[in-house]
Amino acid sequence: MAEPLTPVPAPGETAIDLHKELAETQVAEVLDELDRELVGLAPVKTRIREIAALLVVDRVRRRMGLTAETPTLHMSFTGNPGTGKTTVALRMAEILYKLGYIRRGHLVSVTRDDLVGQYIGHTAPKTKEVLKKAMGGVLFIDEAYYLYRPENERDYGQEAIEILLQVMENQRDDLVVIFAGYADRMDKFFRANPGFRSRIAHHIDFPDYTDAELMAIGEMMLKSLSYHFDAGGAAAFRDYIAARRKQPHFANARSIRNALDRMRMRQANRHFAHPGLVTLDDLTTITAEDVRASRVFNQDATKPD
Amino acid sequence: MRVTQGCFSFLPDLTDADIRTQVQYCIDKGWAVNIEFTDDPHPRNTYWEMWSLPAFDVKDAAPIMLELDACRKVHGGRKYIRLSGFDSTHGWESVRISFLVGRPQEEPGFILTRNEGGGQAIQYTLQARPLPGASA
Ligand SMILES: Nc1ncnc2c1ncn2[C@@H]1O[C@H](COP(=O)(O)OP(=O)(O)O)[C@@H](O)[C@H]1O
Ligand SMILES: [Mg+2]
Repeated sequence: MAEPLTPVPAPGETAIDLHKELAETQVAEVLDELDRELVGLAPVKTRIREIAALLVVDRVRRRMGLTAETPTLHMSFTGNPGTGKTTVALRMAEILYKLGYIRRGHLVSVTRDDLVGQYIGHTAPKTKEVLKKAMGGVLFIDEAYYLYRPENERDYGQEAIEILLQVMENQRDDLVVIFAGYADRMDKFFRANPGFRSRIAHHIDFPDYTDAELMAIGEMMLKSLSYHFDAGGAAAFRDYIAARRKQPHFANARSIRNALDRMRMRQANRHFAHPGLVTLDDLTTITAEDVRASRVFNQDATKPD
Repeated sequence: MRVTQGCFSFLPDLTDADIRTQVQYCIDKGWAVNIEFTDDPHPRNTYWEMWSLPAFDVKDAAPIMLELDACRKVHGGRKYIRLSGFDSTHGWESVRISFLVGRPQEEPGFILTRNEGGGQAIQYTLQARPLPGASA
């Protein structure tokens, strides 16, 4: 009798329930959490579900002997500041861990300064040290394009790039690298360093949030801190978002977080400024007054907050 | 002469899979794992040479195993190599585990010298025999 071309599944495993498989890994929980806790980001969430599906199938195929190789999992997250790249990378680490593609599930977040040294012979040990810390988990390189400085041909960044490329290729079992940054600059970076492009399996683009999404994010952030807007405060914050977006250094959800910090401070000061007792309601409510005092509403604002 | 010292020393030599498991155990306990080597396996020799830096802050055994491989490329089969787990927590601040992960192909063992002192006194000294190929 001829050997079957593909190995047969283990006894009792002629048919596989992918949904059960997914449930067993508890990845579905992370995906649902992602849906619940992150506002908007529909295309990102879809892509992550697709990647998770691919990995679940890959897991099953490996178990059945259809494939043996570790798939390439390095990714690039592109988008403007504050669009949730770091936050999603943390969840991605959790997903990869639950699916068994990384052994620990931690995320080490670095920028150029953590990888590149100041003098000859400094870069390699620095980069290797970071790689060691990330092994078993995910290495998140924020604004990765700063590694590459073509204007200076002796730039030490090149050394870090070469070590990274080597590890991304040879130690796929040991760590997953996620590059993050602005889409256009990242594109230029990958074009100048084609080695990365071929080693990155998944590109995910993070769109800017709409005003309504930023409002929802703001309300969610406040709620987690046991605050809320009153009607006037909410209306004022909607105006704030619209105005803030047009000003320099707008950073999507991060700008919202910073704005809320300021507003909480103004609220506290408002209570101190008025004599008398405060109620529980006073302590938890952000009003129009707290919002509208922001410099963002001042036409000739130079320093937004 | 097969030198025994540290943990597991009366077991057969650990396989790489065994070593990896022990290293992960140390890491999970929060200990910093060090790689050391020497050509003087005297039990009272505390001055082993370090290979690379102590690995603080790693979460996984992989980087230790990579360094161990690198160390073996240079010293494997020629020197004694050991791993140790250092616990830096207050009150411990010392090595909690230490075990051999490499030994020379040929282990010449120790030599016992007898020194006759004043009167009838005899002093015994144990010294590691030089390893084959050792320069000193
Ligand atoms: N979709 C979202 N829902 C809720 N909070 C968000 C969302 N996106 C970002 N945030 C919050 O905004 C802040 C900035 O996000 P971050 O992931 O650091 O952005 P990036 O890495 O893209 O600059 C974080 O505090 C994060 O919790
Ligand atoms: Mg970020």
